[in-house]
Amino acid sequence: MSETVAPLLSLAHISLSFKGVKAVTDIGFDVAEGEICALIGPNGAGKSSLLNVINGVYQPQQGEIRFAGRSRRAMQPHEAAVAGIARTFQNIALFKGMSVLDNILTGRNLASRSSWLEQAFRLGRAVADEEAQRAVAEEVIAFLRLQAWRHTPVGQLPYGLQKRVELGRALAARPRLLLLDEPMAGMNREEKREMSQFIREVNQVFGTTIVLIEHDIGVVMELSDHVVVLDYGRKIGDGEPEAVRALPEVIAAYLGQQRH
Amino acid sequence: MFYQESGQFSTRYRQDGRALRLWQQRAALWALLALAFGLLPFIGNDYWFSAILIPFLVLSLAGLGLNLLTGYAGQLSLGSAAFMAVGAFASYKLQFLLPGLPLLLSFVAGGVVAAAVGVVFGLPSLRIKGFYLLVSTLAAQFFVEWLLTKFAWFSNGNESGVITAPPLLVAGHDFGSPAGRYLLTLSVVLPLFVLAANLVRSSLGRNWMAVRDMDTAAAVIGIPILRTKLLAFAISSFILGVAGSLWAFTYLGTVEPHGFDLSRSFQVLFIIILGGMGSILGNFLGAAFIVLLPIVLSILSGSLLSGVLPAGQLENLQKIIFGVLIILFLIKEPDGLARLWQGWRARARLWPLRF
Amino acid sequence: MSFFMEVLLGGLLAGVMYSLVAIGFVLIYKASGVFNFAQGSMVLFAALTFVSLLERGLPFWLAFVLSLLSMLLLALLLERLVLRHLVNRPPITLFMATLGLSYVVEGVAQALWGAQVHGLDLGIEDTPLELGGLMLSRFDLFAAGSAGLLVLLLSLLFNKTRIGLSLRAVADDQLAALAVGIRLQRMWVLVWAVAGLVGLVAGLLWGARLGVQFSLSLIVLKALPVLIIGGFTSIGGAIVGGLIVGASEKLAEVYLGPLLSGGIENWFPYVLALLFLLLRPAGLFGERAIERV
Ligand SMILES: Nc1ncnc2c1ncn2[C@@H]1O[C@H](COP(=O)(O)OP(=O)(O)OP(=O)(O)O)[C@@H](O)[C@H]1O
Ligand SMILES: [Mg+2]
Repeated sequence: MSETVAPLLSLAHISLSFKGVKAVTDIGFDVAEGEICALIGPNGAGKSSLLNVINGVYQPQQGEIRFAGRSRRAMQPHEAAVAGIARTFQNIALFKGMSVLDNILTGRNLASRSSWLEQAFRLGRAVADEEAQRAVAEEVIAFLRLQAWRHTPVGQLPYGLQKRVELGRALAARPRLLLLDEPMAGMNREEKREMSQFIREVNQVFGTTIVLIEHDIGVVMELSDHVVVLDYGRKIGDGEPEAVRALPEVIAAYLGQQRH
Repeated sequence: MFYQESGQFSTRYRQDGRALRLWQQRAALWALLALAFGLLPFIGNDYWFSAILIPFLVLSLAGLGLNLLTGYAGQLSLGSAAFMAVGAFASYKLQFLLPGLPLLLSFVAGGVVAAAVGVVFGLPSLRIKGFYLLVSTLAAQFFVEWLLTKFAWFSNGNESGVITAPPLLVAGHDFGSPAGRYLLTLSVVLPLFVLAANLVRSSLGRNWMAVRDMDTAAAVIGIPILRTKLLAFAISSFILGVAGSLWAFTYLGTVEPHGFDLSRSFQVLFIIILGGMGSILGNFLGAAFIVLLPIVLSILSGSLLSGVLPAGQLENLQKIIFGVLIILFLIKEPDGLARLWQGWRARARLWPLRF
Repeated sequence: MSFFMEVLLGGLLAGVMYSLVAIGFVLIYKASGVFNFAQGSMVLFAALTFVSLLERGLPFWLAFVLSLLSMLLLALLLERLVLRHLVNRPPITLFMATLGLSYVVEGVAQALWGAQVHGLDLGIEDTPLELGGLMLSRFDLFAAGSAGLLVLLLSLLFNKTRIGLSLRAVADDQLAALAVGIRLQRMWVLVWAVAGLVGLVAGLLWGARLGVQFSLSLIVLKALPVLIIGGFTSIGGAIVGGLIVGASEKLAEVYLGPLLSGGIENWFPYVLALLFLLLRPAGLFGERAIERV
């Protein structure tokens, strides 16, 4: 990663509090195009809050977010989606009443070009459009090996598969930046290995930049190019995995009291 | 074995996305259509048309309207009857303001006016969610009823707001007979069902369900929340508006604003609870149920319970039965009759090789 | 000016009734998370039972106790037959169940006691009373006094007894309450019965005014905007909300009504509640929480 290229995402002086409780204090870091950046830190450190700031679910009181060359005081969720940021959630946020296929197709909604009137009458661009979106969704389904559950309501799937569908929904949007909030939480060894594999492939095959939150230090070391460590809402480490791991503050704050 | 679906694999996405994937389903549909258009108009009698088939069709359509808003887009509403009223009175008024306006066009225009009113009362849905939205839809319910009762302009000067349907002429043909009114109703209701069935399987339909199931996630993947909700209000109110026009024109012939009161809104809500929220077929099933139950009850009480049940008690009994059924369905089968129907079909499919 | 004051006070006193119905609602919402549309039917049921017993010659106190017992029975049945089977369902489902419930309760009430209007005389003369130059209805004052007394009793129940402590625990955090051994289902029966008591009092006061009849169950429609304004979870909010709605709808009817050819009482509270909501989406007393994801 050369230093001359501007980072894809750059946060500066982000502070966020809820009714006086500080969740994030004066945080800034850069994410280069094409890298996998891991956010780590103990429970309540502010990791999820920071992801929420990046794609506009929370609006920080202070700071600046620069994404793909455009700088903003705060993001809006819709704006973030249009700019190419997709996301999964710590507590699965799938559309429970819909099938796997439909969930993944919702990820294509921004790509849909036909108007609702055309869709109602199945006229004009509607049919071709639907087929085009379906084709992309099927690619994602094949990539994540979800074919067998295509028409299953997501509420009926086991936890591990739901996490995968949620990744699929995010991938369907063909994002530039993918935010993953604990994609492997609650998974067994085998499932974790599988999910790491998917994440790495997404990064390598599609060149998607990824910011992920993960508690399993082994996975983080193996997967990421860059690690940012948070503790009590502050940044206490930022750099390559091996370097960060060696920092005394990090050892004290995080590795010393690792929780799940 | 008629119910055999083996070997029917979808080879193209277009086929897989169809509403009815099996040829048996499509054949059954065509048979039903042939029956409804070709046979029933000749063999039905006036009672069947006027007391069963027409209200059944109109209520199915009203159920569809509410189902799009509540069952698909997840926005609770107790104001369906208000939008029906707007449709009815707008169609009526437009017939007078624009002499020569074709009847079918006046239905559409009534629906469009209802859609506009629906959008106005749907606007608060951006800021308020869940039960709080009941306030907006109840405001619509009471405000519209008041407006149409108080201002005789809407009913062309009738003091109590009563409107009477114009002659039901379409392209020179008079559809005033019971069979004619039935055919007219059917020809308006079915196309709207087809359009709605298309919509719920399209990108807009998915956006509705996404907003219903988890609106934060929907916003994050770029679904425009306000636009999606307002479209739900508009399209739902359009359909309710057309249903209201049909209620006034082809079913009753004369109606007053109080014919569209809160209990009518409840009736429509019960159709989708019993029939199945988030199901297109469910609207037919729920409406059939709600039309037939009182008839069956009164026949039963006339024959079995005659003398046992005082006349006034029938209505109470009906109320209790409806209430109990609602609760029972919510407990046992929250997806309504539509799900029961699917379950029955799934069993029929395996017959006789059940094990 | 004194006419204005009279209208205002008249409205406030009517608002007391709305508050009462809304309080029954808040109790149930806090303890069981149910948005109880049947609160109005419960008012009807309780009042109808009471007058019918009275008409059959029972003394006042006995009729009152029996009506109260009938509300307890209703609460028991409800918990057994309905609530128990709907735990962990989405709030919208619970709400629709109470819609069904309101049909059942109304149907049963009318099947048992008939649909005619019953007069109810609580022995309070409805003569005007002059207070500081203002003419006030003696009955309205009595009604407001009874309502105030009831609220006082309820707050004692909630703040000074063990039952109240458990109830508050349940309202705060159901899981935690379960963990410390509070029997949730018993608490539900209790709050529904207390809501029944509140309904009975509201029904008697209201019924003495307008006669005990079906329209009593429609009070719930007035309680709804009250709750929106006051918030679903605050008794204080329910009281203030009731007063606001009562006063403003009377003022609107008197001063705005003539311009709009009258009868605006039906929708005015809703438009008011909508305005409140647009300004304060979580109600007057609610705090707007930012959803966690
Ligand atoms: N919507 C919210 N409202 C109020 N407080 C919040 C909200 N979201 C987060 N917080 C608070 O902000 C702080 C940081 O929370 P956050 O969820 O970002 O932590 P985290 O690092 O993701 O922790 P975990 O590892 O447990 O997921 C916590 O104190 C939390 O209680
Ligand atoms: Mg987190």
